[in-house]
Amino acid sequence: MNAVLHLAAASRVHGEGATEVHALRGVTFRAHPGELVAVMGPSGSGKSTLLTLAGGLDAPTAGSVWIEGTDLATLDHAGRARMRRTSVGYVFQDFNLIPALTAAENVALPRELDGEKGKVARRLALTALEEVGIPDLADRFPDEMSGGQQQRVAIARAIVGERRLILADEPTGALDTDTGEEILRLLRARCDAGAAGVMVTHEARHAAWADRVVFLRDGVVVDETGADEPEALLVEESGR
Amino acid sequence: MSIRQAMLAILEQGPMYGYQLRAEFEQRTGETWPLNIGQVYTTLTRLERDGMVEVVESAAEDGSDRTHVSYRATESGRSEVSEWFATPVPRTQPPRDELAIKLAIAVTLPGVDVATIIQRQRSATMTSLQDYTRLKRTGRAANPEAPEDLAWSLVLDSLVFDAEAEVRWLDHCEARLRRAAADRPAASAHATPTATPETSDGVAR
Ligand SMILES: Nc1ncnc2c1ncn2[C@@H]1O[C@H](COP(=O)(O)OP(=O)(O)OP(=O)(O)O)[C@@H](O)[C@H]1O
Ligand SMILES: [Mg+2]
Repeated sequence: MNAVLHLAAASRVHGEGATEVHALRGVTFRAHPGELVAVMGPSGSGKSTLLTLAGGLDAPTAGSVWIEGTDLATLDHAGRARMRRTSVGYVFQDFNLIPALTAAENVALPRELDGEKGKVARRLALTALEEVGIPDLADRFPDEMSGGQQQRVAIARAIVGERRLILADEPTGALDTDTGEEILRLLRARCDAGAAGVMVTHEARHAAWADRVVFLRDGVVVDETGADEPEALLVEESGR
Repeated sequence: MSIRQAMLAILEQGPMYGYQLRAEFEQRTGETWPLNIGQVYTTLTRLERDGMVEVVESAAEDGSDRTHVSYRATESGRSEVSEWFATPVPRTQPPRDELAIKLAIAVTLPGVDVATIIQRQRSATMTSLQDYTRLKRTGRAANPEAPEDLAWSLVLDSLVFDAEAEVRWLDHCEARLRRAAADRPAASAHATPTATPETSDGVAR
């Protein structure tokens, strides 16, 4: 199957010599269309590093990152930026909304940067805001919204215009249980509709919405649920 | 024993025969605690012996002249149910927790790879949690209309909370064991159990 995202033996080393930090060590990871993958692991295990490499916000020091069959290393700066705006939706832990823009403008921005006409971009933005359940907040500024509402705007920005790959770093971070669940429902729906999703979370109940859970320790994938489940079940059955 | 009281409580709705009773129970709890029909009838027989239920005969639903043996809660049966609802489930005797016992033994034995036990358990529990979550967002628990469906979705929530608590506890154990290993100078000996143990001060031989 064609993976939307493929990290091939990707490593990321910060600094050198005595202060060298191996944030990620030769990680191979795939996310397929229709699949939501959760990444779990203790603080410092490399979860955000994996996500920033996957989103082309940072480059691996060894190995490669492929999005829809394109090796990001073969793209120039502009090509990577374009990929980020059109194929990849990124939800940052701290939302990262631009304070001087309204909710709708924040959501429309990536489309406008990509050359879409203002009117079309706004219409797409309103559709996305509707999808995340806050159409009535379109003209509010970030500081006029609650944390949960800002997070929805951030998600709307990540899904506007049919992105194929959605990356979310602790998207349910500071939210209460119900709001967190709403956010997951949205991500899940996007993946059910064909996108590939990768979500970092430290909450097991949220990771449980994923098809697959990947466990990171010290920059290495140590375990995974869901991947070869059918096979594992068969072995167990016949062993009885 | 809760199955007895649960069955008795369901009988407050009206007389039922064994298969009906089992169906009503599973309507509320899914297949989480499967009841076999033999168990249902054994319990009914004991309840009858104790005067909690009485046998009533009712016409078969198909209109034939066969009759069903149904059971109805008696007055004492009803008061046992009220008593059950009025009394908190005791926590003085925590249910035996195989995982807690397993880890409690494992951390004290040399040469047992506790980190691997923890990770395997976490994956297994996470897989169950994924299954419960799938049941919650699809199926009849997703949009509960009947009270029985709401009951089932609350049972699923309970399973989710339990599994989640177990994963958190495992994370906690792992972090504490890592810290303990880092604080202990002889920690490296644990990672390589075949190495000759160094005779360091704290270690008696
Ligand atoms: N710019 C940097 N320079 C040096 N080290 C870095 C840098 N960025 C990350 N690291 C280190 O890389 C490792 C992995 O960091 P990363 O942010 O991916 O962890 P994480 O799993 O997301 O943790 P958290 O749960 O705390 O967000 C950590 O040890 C971190 O200190
Ligand atoms: Mg992080």
